[in-house]
Amino acid sequence: MSEAIKVEIVSPEHLVFSGAVKSVSVPGVEGYFTVMGTHAPLMSILKPGFVSVEDEKETTSFYVGGGFADVSDSGVTILAEEAKSASDFDPSQIKGAIKQAEEQLAGAESPEAKNSAQALLDGWKNLALEAKN
Amino acid sequence: MPSLKDLQNRITSVKSTQKITKAMQMVASAKLRKAQEKAESSRPYAERMRHVLKSLAQSYAGRDDAPVLLGGNGKDKVHLLVVATADRGLCGGFNSSIARFARDHANKLLASGKTVKIITIGRKGNDILRRLFKENIVEAISLREVKNIHYSHAAEIGDKILAMFESEEFDVATLFYSKFKSIIAQIPTAHQLIPAQVEADESDKDEQVVNYDYEPNEEDILKEFLPRNINVQVFSALLENGAGEMGAKMSAMDNASRNAGDMIDRLTLSFNRQRQAQITKELIEIISGAEALK
Repeated sequence: MSEAIKVEIVSPEHLVFSGAVKSVSVPGVEGYFTVMGTHAPLMSILKPGFVSVEDEKETTSFYVGGGFADVSDSGVTILAEEAKSASDFDPSQIKGAIKQAEEQLAGAESPEAKNSAQALLDGWKNLALEAKN
Repeated sequence: MPSLKDLQNRITSVKSTQKITKAMQMVASAKLRKAQEKAESSRPYAERMRHVLKSLAQSYAGRDDAPVLLGGNGKDKVHLLVVATADRGLCGGFNSSIARFARDHANKLLASGKTVKIITIGRKGNDILRRLFKENIVEAISLREVKNIHYSHAAEIGDKILAMFESEEFDVATLFYSKFKSIIAQIPTAHQLIPAQVEADESDKDEQVVNYDYEPNEEDILKEFLPRNINVQVFSALLENGAGEMGAKMSAMDNASRNAGDMIDRLTLSFNRQRQAQITKELIEIISGAEALK
């Protein structure tokens, strides 16, 4: 087992999440990446997508509307313009977003666009599952 | 000498004024707590942002190819002053101290032959500055309708500033607001937005420069980061202002209530004196009347 990593998700309005976890996956502009303990320092732009934080028991997802990830010795800091956990959403909002993502997926032409649309759709579906629990 | 009736009327009117100022003080203190909480919860983000900016700026130190938002566009001719004040009055010297601070700054710039443009946020600042710099005010933003300041409001203002910068309407932008130190102390502060100001804290000196990997690359990150930094600066200024306004209002209203109390005491004293004088006078009249009949 690798070392725990400290994760902070902050939006301009408040601290959304803070804690030590096993791993965190982040929607970088060049694709999702996962950070575990003792990662090399990295700074990345984020695209709208989902941050999933995984600890021993469960995985929690947060929707982020773009921002930055700052990975350093002291942990991962995610600076998001907008960051929301599943409980911050209305079920109807999630449903709407799933529908939109499905449409996007159907309309996507290039493989890259398809890929990112699929990732977005999966993220929303995950969120819907978490919201139910 | 005012009559008893006049004094009575004045006492009633001061009493009702005191009631109003007391109520306003209580409302302000409730709002202050909320505003303070908000300002505090926005701090981690701003702090992190500053941290990232610093490490990015360090890697650009001494280089000529820094982005214009960081290094400036090389000119120093037209200054934009963004003055953030409250939308409501009755908060002591809060608004006027920010406005005075901005005014002094503007006068200094004008005296050295620079062009000054002003954007005001909040109605009160606009009222004060309009008298002196009518031609210089390019825009007046009012957040009067806004009950809860949200990040999007700040982003809107930030985008406006950026759009102006891109169309080369100014070279240097400075933000004026009031830093919330405590309920009784709000410090008017100037913060340079463009080119970005990197504060060197004493505490960070021994911090090591971390060699980051950048994804996709440094330039793109800075390009994304700097505009956001401006929005965040505006946002935290607005929140600090919100807390400061409430704090100032609270202490102003507290003062007003206390003054009203003093005034009531004084008026009551002279009311009683006069009442007693009247009683004495009536007694004298009765006694001297009885004496005369003897």
